[in-house]
Amino acid sequence: MTVWVETDLCDGCRRCLKACPYGAIDMKAKKAVVLDHCTSCGACIQVCKNEAMLTDVVPREIPDFTDRQGVWVFAEQRKGQLTRVSLELLGKARSLGEELGQQTAALLVGNGVSGLGETLISHGADKVFLMEHALLDVYRSEPYTIAMETVIRDHRPNILLVGATHIGRDLAPRLAHRLGVGLTADCTELTIDPGEKILLQTRPAFGGNVMATIANRYSRPQMATVRPGVMKAEEFPGHKGELVNIEISLTSEMVRTEVLDSIKEEKRAVELSSAKVIIAGGRGVGNAQGFEVLRELAAVMDGEVAGTRVAVEEGWISSDHQVGQTGVTVRPEIYIACGISGAIQHRAGMMNSRYVVAINNDPRAPIFQVADWGIVGDVTEIVPELIEQLKQGRENVIGL
Amino acid sequence: MDIVVLVKQVPNTTDVKLDKNTGNLIREGLESIMNPDDRNALEFALQIKAEYGGTITMVSMGPPQAVDVLSEAMGMGADKGLLLSDMAFAGADTWATSYTLGKAIEKIERFDLIICGRQAIDGDTAQIGPQVADFLDIPQITYVTDIETVSNKEVIVKRRLEDGHERVASQLPALLTILGGANNPRYPNIGGLLAACEENAPLAAWNAADIGVMVNDVGLAGSLTHVIKTYVPKFKRQGETLEGTTAEVVRQLIQHLGKSEGASACKAVAATCRLMADTKQEGI
Ligand SMILES: Cc1cc2nc3c(=O)[nH]c(=O)nc-3n(C[C@H](O)[C@H](O)[C@H](O)COP(=O)(O)OP(=O)(O)OC[C@H]3O[C@@H](n4cnc5c(N)ncnc54)[C@H](O)[C@@H]3O)c2cc1C
Ligand SMILES: Nc1ncnc2c1ncn2[C@@H]1O[C@H](COP(=O)(O)O)[C@@H](O)[C@H]1O
Repeated sequence: MTVWVETDLCDGCRRCLKACPYGAIDMKAKKAVVLDHCTSCGACIQVCKNEAMLTDVVPREIPDFTDRQGVWVFAEQRKGQLTRVSLELLGKARSLGEELGQQTAALLVGNGVSGLGETLISHGADKVFLMEHALLDVYRSEPYTIAMETVIRDHRPNILLVGATHIGRDLAPRLAHRLGVGLTADCTELTIDPGEKILLQTRPAFGGNVMATIANRYSRPQMATVRPGVMKAEEFPGHKGELVNIEISLTSEMVRTEVLDSIKEEKRAVELSSAKVIIAGGRGVGNAQGFEVLRELAAVMDGEVAGTRVAVEEGWISSDHQVGQTGVTVRPEIYIACGISGAIQHRAGMMNSRYVVAINNDPRAPIFQVADWGIVGDVTEIVPELIEQLKQGRENVIGL
Repeated sequence: MDIVVLVKQVPNTTDVKLDKNTGNLIREGLESIMNPDDRNALEFALQIKAEYGGTITMVSMGPPQAVDVLSEAMGMGADKGLLLSDMAFAGADTWATSYTLGKAIEKIERFDLIICGRQAIDGDTAQIGPQVADFLDIPQITYVTDIETVSNKEVIVKRRLEDGHERVASQLPALLTILGGANNPRYPNIGGLLAACEENAPLAAWNAADIGVMVNDVGLAGSLTHVIKTYVPKFKRQGETLEGTTAEVVRQLIQHLGKSEGASACKAVAATCRLMADTKQEGI
């Protein structure tokens, strides 16, 4: 219990009893007593005239974290292949590390994956912590949490970034809870506060209507997940790094789940997040044939086709091609939005595109506000014309 | 099979309107709904109950009006509702929320499964499920799209990955997070809704003292992350509307793209621009 009564000072006025929101004060022999279910909220302390209510609750202070060093990245691999987002995050980690004067490290977890160390080093890792074990072969929450917890407790990093993939979003929250640290999901921007030297984590909230900047002052490492495609991977040719083996003790009793099979389907979503040209369609495309025309445009421009949630719901395109808040985040050079209104949830996934073109027959559609070039017109006229003109150029000059 | 389902009441983000002058969210008139993924979570719970029996307890942390989502869940067929409500819970981040939910679930006598939504549309963090699972030290399976079989010691589910899916078995008790669209949630029935409004309806409200937590460990005070700034995203775009006939606007568009750094790397654009330049010269 952290609130108690100094009995000598209590005059039995019962003010505290009335003030307690939890009914956690009783009177015994005309003196107040605090019951077990007190929550230390302090309401009684404020109303006591005689200062008879005492507490040992101290206001929270920001601990000293100067010994926490290093900007780390979870290097997610599946079947021995690094996910692209891991390399994207390493580039970001490196620039954050330079700003803080701290090293960059990658955490490589798996079985027989040491060969990936070099790629991580050439993408910016000063150190690669390698954790290998038969039980770490296929990703599962429990053994991966244990492996990550071990290396983090022993090596005490300052920052840990995780890709917001299905695996990263499974692992990061469990790990953050295990370590007792805060976690910010799906950040789109990470910077260092120049004064406090803490990580400022910016992410969309309320479906992308608002951006929120979040700080984690009370725990380390400062953890954040970042969606694929938001940061850019960078190579550092000739960069030298060190591979450090970490012993992980695991037994099968520690793992309560088993992956029975793993079925690969077309991995188009991954291609979308790295596509240079994206032709996206929405309700205004009208029907499945309309999407065939978009595919033709995509073929001419060497791009990929994507859609809004409406297009997915209509069955014009499969759900792994949905761009937006609940779909994929993309950052192509050219994003052509055809018959898309530009709802905030859709914009959330394409706002990092370099150039946005909007084709819509409603001049008031919000998509025009976020477009570099807008064409007010019918997609069924504009898109075929675009294909026609581009084909002419392509055939004439490249002779394709 | 006793199941706990976690539900959250959220503002409907499709109708979000922003104040043009201040850029703040206009909360007035914003409809509150049951978080969409949580409906899918409850639907699976109801299907399991139909097959194996047991009870479904809904747990929600939120303001007093969040009782509406519990009533709605009971209208759909849940047995009991538990609202965790206290001024002290306000402003919680996922750390403090999972602690509060975890402490309450510990008080529930028994459960075999905890089912929650993949993510809530107000925060979109998808963190609560795994954090509650770790608090209770039970295994988790996230992004579940299908529950194949349930026995008294094991559950087998299908879990979605970006490039396919996995079939995963887990010992019980376990926590599952359900992907929106995984099933078709039923509508509440009127009888159930009315029953949830009766005085003796199995709905309870618990505060900080009831779940045995200190107010400094919950809500804003117990959170590890804090919002330090919010702003409305600004899109820096050229915003030029192209005018003319279809052929003209398309031609202008290709020329703009061709002049833009990066975009001109598209072979077809670059080639067409060159063709346009050539024909123009020939014309002169
Ligand atoms: C929690 C949540 C998450 C969501 N996540 C996503 C997400 O990830 N991705 C996503 O895309 N959406 C998402 N949505 C849905 C989003 O709010 C919109 O409903 C959706 O993006 C609208 O799709 P649309 O632009 O295709 O359709 P509409 O909004 O109906 O727009 C169609 C547009 O086409 C134009 N048009 C019609 N005919 C023609 C024509 N012949 N030629 C030219 N233009 C024409 C119309 O003027 C209109 O502007 C989400 C919603 C919620 C609530
Ligand atoms: N306050 C809450 N009360 C009950 N359940 C919650 C609460 N917040 C989140 N959840 C559950 O956790 C899931 C994921 O939420 P989130 O991590 O906020 O995206 C939701 O779909 C709910 O099932």
